[in-house]
Amino acid sequence: MNSAHISIKNQDATRRFAGLLGGLLEAGDVLLLEGDLGAGKSALARAIIQTMPDTSGRIVLNEEVPSPTFTIVQTYEREVAEVWHFDLYRLSDAEELYEIGIEEALANHISLIEWPDRLAHLKPLEFLEIVIGFGTEEEARALELSGTKNWRSRLETLAAFS
Amino acid sequence: MIVLGIETSCDETSAAVVTSERDILSNVIHSQLDDHRLYGGVVPEIAARAHLVKIEAIIDEALQRAGVGFEDLDGVAATGGPGLIGGLIIGTMAGKAIAAAHALPYLAVNHLEGHALTARLTDDVAFPYLLLLISGGHCQLLIVRGVGDYQRIGTTLDDASGEAFDKTAKMLDLGFPGGPAVERAAQSGDKDRFALPRPMRRKKHCDFSFSGLKTAVRRQKDLLEQERPLSNRDRADLAASFQESVADSLADRTSRAFEVMTEQFGSGRPLVVAGGVAANKRIAEVLRIQAKEAGSPLITAPLELCTDNGAMIAWAGIERLKLGQTDGLDFAPRPRWPLDSSAPKSIYAGAAKA
Repeated sequence: MNSAHISIKNQDATRRFAGLLGGLLEAGDVLLLEGDLGAGKSALARAIIQTMPDTSGRIVLNEEVPSPTFTIVQTYEREVAEVWHFDLYRLSDAEELYEIGIEEALANHISLIEWPDRLAHLKPLEFLEIVIGFGTEEEARALELSGTKNWRSRLETLAAFS
Repeated sequence: MIVLGIETSCDETSAAVVTSERDILSNVIHSQLDDHRLYGGVVPEIAARAHLVKIEAIIDEALQRAGVGFEDLDGVAATGGPGLIGGLIIGTMAGKAIAAAHALPYLAVNHLEGHALTARLTDDVAFPYLLLLISGGHCQLLIVRGVGDYQRIGTTLDDASGEAFDKTAKMLDLGFPGGPAVERAAQSGDKDRFALPRPMRRKKHCDFSFSGLKTAVRRQKDLLEQERPLSNRDRADLAASFQESVADSLADRTSRAFEVMTEQFGSGRPLVVAGGVAANKRIAEVLRIQAKEAGSPLITAPLELCTDNGAMIAWAGIERLKLGQTDGLDFAPRPRWPLDSSAPKSIYAGAAKA
């Protein structure tokens, strides 16, 4: 596993970091988003989705990206691939993952997964894990990134974020 | 006209029989929450399996309680979306099977339309009216102009209001379901002890946002815990401050929506509130004040018709059937199905997948 630590100063920086990360994503990539309730997992996923060009190559910064807690998954058409935004918080059994099409997502789309501990045996072999912690200032966040082999060079790019 | 309604879009499995004379002959609701409360669990089973094992018995019970048979029906309405795909497939298949077997009109009803039209079932409200839908999965302001004619003027940009209650309850260890748990704790709390943000206050649009408020609760809790473990007093005060912030935000957004409504249709049009969050007494109170200030009647359906139920689906089916509308048996369930098709296309990215 390769890792990186990233300090985010405020919401603006979150958006810039999301833009950098979103630009590195390709079909089959999986981001595991971890952190306590209120840490900003959905906010980061939202920023990533909003900064990725859509199928007509446009970036719609104010596009609606509602919390997927209720629906478990929300999907978005993006130029590079479909993005599936999961929130597994309400899942009680990993078997239910099959029902929401997670196999297809892991194989063919870009998966942003909140509460990935619920994945159990379906946790993919390759992923980038992002643990979001609070910083000292109100809007500040500390991100701990760790990725499998396919993320090595991309992690170097991300580590240079400031 | 008698219609059977089937609702399976989320955690409730429900079937109901309703007449065009606005009589609810039966409304059978099985909530998975009931099962889970016994175990003190927090996670409802979302699997289609849960709907599948119950749907037939629930439809039978709805017909039996209503004292009607399939031969007495004039149509079958089932929720076709939005919601969890597994449940939607089960309800849609059940509805289509009954319609096909008994040669009845089939209606795929939008779940949100069910909520939107309930006030006409309960209170015979005339169009147009303002609808505030506040539930675990939705937070929207709509102008209901007619059957199938909805203008969404505001929506949450992140969390739904009920979701914010659930997550706050979870953060404060208040139990489940979160809405009643926060309200109970808030009763003995001091709403002025913590200055939490009032999301979107005085914004010109009618949108909502509750994610930042959730984070503010978290931050306040963490600050307190740096000194000592949370006391029950802290929990109650945080719950009260949170509830007041949500109430303020809903009141502010609704007051803005009244302005939009008045510009289009003049003043005094009714405010209809639907969704489980409407059961919160403090929120009901501030909405009553808003409606009064706007010179509008406030209509809130009884709780069993406010939360997900088959009767509202049957009624929406009746409203559409009266206009001669039906759906083909080739209808495919739609996990995403916005009520307002005039909203910007970008909002519904991925809808084609559904």
